[in-house]
Amino acid sequence: MAKLNHKQRKRQSLPADFSEPINGKPAKKNLNSKPKNKTKVKKTRLASNKIQKNQSKQIPSDEEDSDDHIKKDKRESLKDLERLGQFNDDDFELMSDEAGDYIDEEFDDNADESNMDNDIDNHNNKMKMFENSEEEGDIELNGAEEDSESFSEEHTETGNTESAEEENYSDVDSDGNELLEIEKESKKLDKKRKIDEVLAEEELQTQMQQREAFVLPQQELDDAEMEVEEEDAAEDLQIVQTRIQEVVRVLNRFQELRDEGRDRAEYIAQLKKDLALYYGYNDYLLNLLFDLFPVSEAIEFFEANEVPRPVVIRANTLKAGRKDVANSLINRGVNLEPVGKWSKVGLQIFDSPVPIGATPEYLAGHYMLQAASSFMPVMSLAPKENEKILDMCAAPGGKTTFLAALMKNTGSIFANDANKDRCKSLVANCYRMGVKNCVVSHYDGRQFPSVMGGFDRILLDAPCSGTGVISKDPSVKISKSEEDFRLLTHIQKELIISAIDSCDAKSKTGGYIVYSTCSVTVEENEEVVNYALKKRPNCKLVDSGLDFGKDGFSSFKGKSFHKSLNLTKRFYPHTHNMDGFYVAKIKKISNTFKKVDNDEEGVIIGNGSGYMTSTNKKQKKLMKNEKLVEQEEVKFNDDEDEKIIKRGLKKKF
Amino acid sequence: MRRNIVHLIERPDETYCFRLHKDRCYYVSESIMRKAVSVGRDNLISLGVCFGKFTKTGKFRLNITALDILAQYAKYKVWVKPNGEMPYLYGNHVLKAHLGRITEDTPEHQGVIVLSMSDIPLGFGVTARATTEARKLDPTG
Repeated sequence: MAKLNHKQRKRQSLPADFSEPINGKPAKKNLNSKPKNKTKVKKTRLASNKIQKNQSKQIPSDEEDSDDHIKKDKRESLKDLERLGQFNDDDFELMSDEAGDYIDEEFDDNADESNMDNDIDNHNNKMKMFENSEEEGDIELNGAEEDSESFSEEHTETGNTESAEEENYSDVDSDGNELLEIEKESKKLDKKRKIDEVLAEEELQTQMQQREAFVLPQQELDDAEMEVEEEDAAEDLQIVQTRIQEVVRVLNRFQELRDEGRDRAEYIAQLKKDLALYYGYNDYLLNLLFDLFPVSEAIEFFEANEVPRPVVIRANTLKAGRKDVANSLINRGVNLEPVGKWSKVGLQIFDSPVPIGATPEYLAGHYMLQAASSFMPVMSLAPKENEKILDMCAAPGGKTTFLAALMKNTGSIFANDANKDRCKSLVANCYRMGVKNCVVSHYDGRQFPSVMGGFDRILLDAPCSGTGVISKDPSVKISKSEEDFRLLTHIQKELIISAIDSCDAKSKTGGYIVYSTCSVTVEENEEVVNYALKKRPNCKLVDSGLDFGKDGFSSFKGKSFHKSLNLTKRFYPHTHNMDGFYVAKIKKISNTFKKVDNDEEGVIIGNGSGYMTSTNKKQKKLMKNEKLVEQEEVKFNDDEDEKIIKRGLKKKF
Repeated sequence: MRRNIVHLIERPDETYCFRLHKDRCYYVSESIMRKAVSVGRDNLISLGVCFGKFTKTGKFRLNITALDILAQYAKYKVWVKPNGEMPYLYGNHVLKAHLGRITEDTPEHQGVIVLSMSDIPLGFGVTARATTEARKLDPTG
């Protein structure tokens, strides 16, 4: 019995084993074939049940569950099976159903075990029996008639009607092929299974081959595409994605996996094309971003841009501590957690049943919705109490209010924004957060040293392309062109110069400028800072005071920047799970500086904080010098010069 | 408030003053005010805390931004129970059932500051009944 069971198990488990490595067709086929198999088995089982029942009725010791008995049963049941085979299909089922019911009542224990055995026995012995039955068919049939008589008699005993009996009789004579059919079917099943197995193996092999040969056909495809240079709009994204993965795999182990006769550039060109298609970037931006990272990291970056960043709030220490805010929000059913060790005021929101921007706590100014990345520049600036601070591009006020909170509403903050509409939200946020030391103004940041100078610290969160916040605003992907970048970097350079000039190096506590953008491109970050360092040699970069984030590039794509640019910090969405961000902290050493790129002797007074006190004479001198510079150097920033000259003229009149 | 206004201007730490800028009245420390002088009139949007504004008809309206300061010095206050906070914030009247506390001898039609029970100023209000009358009212009155 144990053996048989084992056999059965084996039979069932075999197809399953094969189906595992392949997730394609064969597994499905097996699945389909299984139920079929089962139904057949069921039929035969039912039949055998009936037989068994007969036997057990004939044998007095039927209730005993001994092995001998079962063996006997089997032997005789085989005979009976043959006999049964003479019945019609319909009758067979009809009877078997009845028998099945019967078994349920009387033969529960016996049936379960012996049935199984019988099934298998049937299957195994059918072949032999088939051979025998052909020869002995006549004799058996005779015997079967007798048997069936007794059988039907018993059936009537068990409550069958006479009509059924008659039917049975008539059918016995009419056809005797049932057994043959069963056998045939079992044979068929065996065949099918074998075919399945073969198919499965074949498929496995073909898959293996595919995997090995993946790159080759791909490259052919490459060629075709490159030559035609035609992007098929209907190209399946799925295919593109797998191709991206494959190419990345090859690029990561280029020596081993490369296709002979193809260089890295070709692979990369293909990859870029695919990436642009898959993530929907325009070509220029993609190139720009792609060059920032190693290949696999670039993919991560693009992937991270598709996922929204976690919502972070900042507790307003002017009104409530982080604990209070957390408690009151938890009471509203908000799921939150401190954002990290680096911040004592940040809370990360996981999910919330109420809109976070509309709770009474929010309206009362207990907290501010603010991305984790925008904590950075403020923390880097580290304002002290009673300082005079300028926030050049302040709206909508997240950083300004954070500044005020750090200063505990002392000193003064000048929050400036060039956009008047955005100033409204800035004012509203300042009021809501209870900031009292803030003066909101509406100037173009580039006008600044003329409006006011001598700040202790300056925060310049420059307007940027927003390549760090693509997850927030995906329109960046397609809307930014080379022209935009040129304009933006130009503005940024002007802003940083005016920021440096507005700062007072003689400040006892400060003299710092923090430049930040929510962009990750080198053009908007390192290059701008580098430009500022060149133009204003009275400045140096200092450590940003942030203990995480990646160091800035001190050289990039052949351009080499000032060495100290590695003191700046970069933040990426895929590594830090916050928006892409850049922070550079600059210390102004003196208010005057020697112009390095100027061959002329003479010290030029920086138009920085000294401006407020500078006399007209100095201005004139400055103007004169700058004019000279303008004539001599083509490289010099013309716009800025013009501006300074105009300013000078104004002052004069 | 009335006489308490003196405390606003003559504070122990720094002298503050009221300044009028484009119809709006701001309450600001003198040092900040002096610094803000250099900001042009057109470009200056706000400074310090906005206290209120003059309407076109010349009436003075308090601004909600002044709540924090006014709450410290207000003469008549009303405290609202926690379950009444939201209805009040959404613009409904304060029912007697929601009334947690009220300054003694508040007259009728008196401007008051509305606070939550945890002393967070919520807004302004005008009493419909005097304190003495309010005692007699039914909860929904």
